[in-house]
Amino acid sequence: MPDGALPVLEVKNLKTVFRTRQGEVHAVNSVSFDLKPGELLGVVGESGSGKSVTMMSLIGLLPSPPAEVRNGQVLFGDRDLLQADDDTLRSIRGARIGFIFQDPMTSLNPVFTVGFQLMEPLRKHMGMSKAQARKRAKELLELVGIPDAAQRLKDFPHQFSGGMRQRVMIAIALACDPQVLIADEPTTALDVTIQAQILELVKELRQKLGMAIVWITHDLGVIAGIADRVIVMYGGQIVEHAPVRELFGNPQHPYTRALLQTIPTVHGGRAERLRVIDGQPPMLGAQPAACPFRARCTHRMDRCNRENPMRVAVGPDHDAACFWHPETGGERDV
Amino acid sequence: MFDAGGKKKLVEVTNLKMHFPIFGGIMRRHVGDVKAVDGVSFDIYEGETLGLVGESGCGKSTCGRAILRLYELTDGSVRIDGTDIASWSPEELRQVRPTMQMVFQDPQASLNPRMTVAAIIGEPLDEHAKSSKAERLDRIYELMDAVGLNRDFANRYPHEFSGGQRQRIGIARALALNPKFIVCDEPIAALDVSIQAQVVNLLEDLQDKLGLTYLFISHDLSMVRHIADRVAVMYLGKVVELASRDQLYNDPKHPYTQALLSAVPEPDPAIEDTGERIILTGDVPSPANPPKGCNFCTRCPKVMDICRREDPVFKTVEKGRQVACHLYEAYQPAEETAA
Ligand SMILES: Nc1ncnc2c1ncn2[C@@H]1O[C@H](COP(=O)(O)OP(=O)(O)OP(=O)(O)O)[C@@H](O)[C@H]1O
Ligand SMILES: Nc1ncnc2c1ncn2[C@@H]1O[C@H](COP(=O)(O)OP(=O)(O)OP(=O)(O)O)[C@@H](O)[C@H]1O
Ligand SMILES: [Mg+2]
Ligand SMILES: [Mg+2]
Repeated sequence: MPDGALPVLEVKNLKTVFRTRQGEVHAVNSVSFDLKPGELLGVVGESGSGKSVTMMSLIGLLPSPPAEVRNGQVLFGDRDLLQADDDTLRSIRGARIGFIFQDPMTSLNPVFTVGFQLMEPLRKHMGMSKAQARKRAKELLELVGIPDAAQRLKDFPHQFSGGMRQRVMIAIALACDPQVLIADEPTTALDVTIQAQILELVKELRQKLGMAIVWITHDLGVIAGIADRVIVMYGGQIVEHAPVRELFGNPQHPYTRALLQTIPTVHGGRAERLRVIDGQPPMLGAQPAACPFRARCTHRMDRCNRENPMRVAVGPDHDAACFWHPETGGERDV
Repeated sequence: MFDAGGKKKLVEVTNLKMHFPIFGGIMRRHVGDVKAVDGVSFDIYEGETLGLVGESGCGKSTCGRAILRLYELTDGSVRIDGTDIASWSPEELRQVRPTMQMVFQDPQASLNPRMTVAAIIGEPLDEHAKSSKAERLDRIYELMDAVGLNRDFANRYPHEFSGGQRQRIGIARALALNPKFIVCDEPIAALDVSIQAQVVNLLEDLQDKLGLTYLFISHDLSMVRHIADRVAVMYLGKVVELASRDQLYNDPKHPYTQALLSAVPEPDPAIEDTGERIILTGDVPSPANPPKGCNFCTRCPKVMDICRREDPVFKTVEKGRQVACHLYEAYQPAEETAA
C-alpha cells in the first residue's frame, strides 16, 4: 500500500453510549483511526472492549435507542457517514462497505435460503438478472470453499454447519466488490486450513481490487500473518496502535504486553496452566476519568488514578495511551 | 465398561451414524442423504478430556449433539455410564439431562432474548434443584464469577452483551447443575485469549475438583493441545486419527492431521514468514456424495492407488493410537510382549 495515500475511511473521536435501565454504558470513547486503500488494519482487544460497537456505529447499524452516537465524524469519500440519511447508508452498506457480523445466525435470515440471501444484494446493487445472480452466487460459495455449491444454494442456514454459515456471511459481504470490508471475527468458527484459504482470498482481493479491510479478531496468529497495522482496544478506547511487526516486537502498553504473553502455541513447550490477565474489565458506566486499565495494571502510578492518558507517539506510526515508559520503568515524558 | 488398565469408560460411541435426508424436485422426494457423521467409534474415559478437531463441516457438532441424544441416531449406539441412550424413556432422559450438558457453538441462538442473564443461568436450577431464592441467587453469582462475568450485569439481557460475554453466559448455564459430562462445542471461539485462558483454566479446575469429563470440540489446535488428554481428528464424517495428545502433536500420522498441524498460524510475524505449510489442494468433497475409497483421497498429498478403491479401516497402529490410512500397518501386540 502506498505510503501517504489518502485514507478511504477516517474515523475521528467516535463516541457511542447505550442508555439502559441501569444507566448509561459508555461502550466507545473517542476512538480515532484511519484506513488506507488496500491496507489491512487488524483490531484486537479484550472481549467487551468495544470493537464490534465501534464498527457498527460507523455505518449506522446500531438501533437507536438504546444506542446513541454522541460525537465524532466518519469520513468516507466526501461524506460524513454519521450525518448521512438511512437510504444513503443502506446503499453504501450493501455495495461499497461490506460487513461480516460476528454472529452469523443473527444476521442470516432463517426463513430464506442461502441462495436467496446471496443473490439479493447482487440483484439490488449490481443490477444482475436472476440467472446472472445465481451463477455469481454459486461462484461465491465456491470461493469460500463450500463443496457442492449449486445444490447448497437451496439450503436454509440451519442446514449449514457453524463454519459454513460464517463462510456464507463472508461471501455475502464480498458479493458486490466493496471498497471497504469490515470483518468482525470472521473466522472464529473456521479450522486452520479453511481459514488459510479465506486469508488467501482476501489477499487476492486486496491486490486485485485495492479493497481496504478492517479485521477484528482475537487470534493473534492471524493478525501476525495478514495485518499491516494493528489497533488494540481496551475499555472502549484505543490504547495502542502500531505497524504489525512493531506491535509484536516492541509493545508499549501494559495491556498489549500482557495480551501477548497469554497465547498458547502448538509448537514448543506446553504450559501447565494458561496465563490470564488478573482482575475484571471496567464497568464503562461513565465517561472514564482515569486510565481504564489501572485496576489490572502491574505498572500503575499515582497519575493513572487521576488522568486518562491520551494517545502519544512512541515511535514512527506507533502510539500508545499510557504514562508508563517500558524502557525507563518510570513515567513517560508527556 | 472398563478397559485393560482399569480406567472407566464413561462414554462409548460405536459406529455412530447421523444422516440428514435431502429432498429434491417439485415432489420434495427423498433424493439422498447428508452423511454428517458416518460410522464413528471412540470412548471417553471418566475424568478425561477428549479433543475433537477437524475441518469446518466435517460433523463435529452433529457428533456432539447425537451423543447427548439431541438427535435420533441413524445407526450405531452411544452408551453413557453403561446404558444405551436410545433406550431412555422421555422421563429417564429428563432425569439424566442435568448430568450431561452442552455448551453450544452459536451463543446467540441458544440464549432466550427475553430473559435476563440471571434468569437464563438460573433456569436449570428452577427445573432441577430445590433451592431457596437466596441460595439460587448465590449460586448464580458464583457461576458468573467463575466465568468472569461482572455480577452487576445480572439483570441485563443477552443483546446487551458482547459476543464473548454471551458465550460465557452459555458456559455458566451449562455448569449450573454440576454436570458429570459436558460437550463443549467451540466454547472459547468467540473469546479473547486472556478470557479463553480463564475459561480453560476454569474447566480444568472443575475437572480436578469434581472429576468432570469433557468432549471438547474446537478448531483451535493450540488450545486443544493444552486441554485435551487425547485427541480425535475428524474428516468428512469419520474419525481418521485418535491418539494421546503428545503422540498426535509430536508425531502426527494421518496425512490430514499433518496438514492440519502445519497450517496453524504463528503468533509472531517474524516466524510467520518462514513457516512451512502443507497447503491442501483438490476438491473438498461433499458429505452428500463422499468419494469412493478413502474420504481424503481427493486432497491427500500422499495418495496411492489403493486409496481410491478401498476405504481404509480404523485400526490400532501403535499402543493407544488408531489411524484410518493405508500407509500404516495394523499393530501386532505380539511384538510388544517380545520386547
Ligand atoms: N445493546 C447494548 N446495551 C448495553 N450495553 C451494550 C449493548 N451492546 C453492547 N453493550 C456493551 O458494550 C460493550 C462493548 O461491546 P462490543 O460488542 O463492542 O465488545 P467487543 O469488543 O466486540 O467484544 P467481543 O470480543 O466479546 O465481541 C460491552 O461491554 C457490552 O456489554
Ligand atoms: N439439520 C441439518 N440438516 C441438513 N444438513 C445438516 C444439518 N445439520 C448439519 N448438517 C450438515 O452436516 C454436515 C456437518 O455439520 P456439523 O455442524 O456437524 O459440522 P461441524 O464439524 O460442527 O462444522 P463447524 O466446524 O463448521 O461447526 C454439514 O455438511 C452440514 O451442512
Ligand atoms: Mg464483538
Ligand atoms: Mg460445529
